[in-house]
Amino acid sequence: MKPPAFDYHAPSTLDEALNLANQLGQDAKFIAGGQSLVPMMNFRLVHPAHLIDLNGIAALSYLRIEGGELCIGAMTRHREVELSPIIRDGWPLISECMPFVAHVQIRNRGTLGGSLSHADPAAELPAVMTVLEAKFVLRSNRGTRTVPVKDFFVGTLTTATEPGELLAEVRVPPLPLATGWAFDELSRRRGDFALVGAAALVHLAPDGRIEWARLAFTGVGERPTRAPHTEQALRGQSPTEDVVRAAAEQSSNDLTPESDLHASAEYRRDVAKVIARRTLMKAIERSRTASQ
Amino acid sequence: MNKKKVRLEINGIQYEGEAEPRRLLSDFIRDDLGLYGTHVGCEHGVCGACTIQWDGNPVRSCLVFAVQANGARLRTVEGMAPDSDNLHPIQQAFTEVHALQCGFCTPGILMTVQALLRDNPDPSEAEVRDGLSGNLCRCTGYQNIVKAVLLAAEKLAQK
Repeated sequence: MKPPAFDYHAPSTLDEALNLANQLGQDAKFIAGGQSLVPMMNFRLVHPAHLIDLNGIAALSYLRIEGGELCIGAMTRHREVELSPIIRDGWPLISECMPFVAHVQIRNRGTLGGSLSHADPAAELPAVMTVLEAKFVLRSNRGTRTVPVKDFFVGTLTTATEPGELLAEVRVPPLPLATGWAFDELSRRRGDFALVGAAALVHLAPDGRIEWARLAFTGVGERPTRAPHTEQALRGQSPTEDVVRAAAEQSSNDLTPESDLHASAEYRRDVAKVIARRTLMKAIERSRTASQ
Repeated sequence: MNKKKVRLEINGIQYEGEAEPRRLLSDFIRDDLGLYGTHVGCEHGVCGACTIQWDGNPVRSCLVFAVQANGARLRTVEGMAPDSDNLHPIQQAFTEVHALQCGFCTPGILMTVQALLRDNPDPSEAEVRDGLSGNLCRCTGYQNIVKAVLLAAEKLAQK
């Protein structure tokens, strides 16, 4: 349970970090909060020859609004995201999800960018960023590109970042006024990764019907999964419990859960419907309250 | 092995040592600096026995490399009691209601609880249980730990 040997690099600027990554090539790995990487090293599941520590790069830690979009620097700690009044006011779905991300001891050290780059299929934040339709700003010493969330998560622990590239910033578009939100999950123990989790956003039209709804799951596939069948079934409908229940049933068409030690695929599929219904109902209620 | 100098502050005292990059902070604190109050359990961030405070906030010392703590300000369980004859009110509460049996998890729990009660001086029982969720105890079943935290909150309020 001791990590293998590696060379340690502690750059103080992003450019320095990107140049190091370019020079050291595939044997190097960035370390952000290290709350997933260090356990994997302790288990010797990964053994990078070089670690490039991003913790000394103050310019990667920030939270601000630019042109209405929420911009979060990759090294912003989970705990800061959790407690941020800016986020609570404008993107409360993120605030609601944060207490589900591991335990406070992990959130004090773990970072937003690190967690998203790790791309655990049962993590909460990828699903939340999926319904928020966030954009991911990737930097390398070849330049900068922006990737929409739907293209960022490629598979289990795999993202669209190329060798030498780093997720530097997450940009979250603003939500229309009176958008309802909810996050919920089922896990075996508090702070565990989710067996199934869901993030929902609902916007009601002035006549009270559902103008649009977005739903994404975690824990039921290799990557965060949008539920287009459910979303489609809700559009233009009255937001009643029966309508939502029927729409949540449709999520089965969008999911490809696997069986593992923790739960069977069938169980995950059933729980997904329940969590979809609960989060959608809560989001509808909040949209209604906000539009009054 | 290319050891690096590590200078840090623990409980207000400056320490200096040398560490290979792969040296975990938990091992550095115990084996290099001789502060054995911090315990090492699972070494993958699940059990919470190695919890210390970094700038006042609880973190897992087994999930940080010692070289990353260069220049850091840490606190460990050794820094809680005001002197060798007196316990911290939280420690006092733990002894009074028998909130430990083997005591292996206790230092990590104390580090967590100190920050919890600083941020939320009058927690509900549910909030205490949620706050303790990142620390495993295999002896007590948690009942007396929860009791001790609530008692500690009372003691701190009276001070």
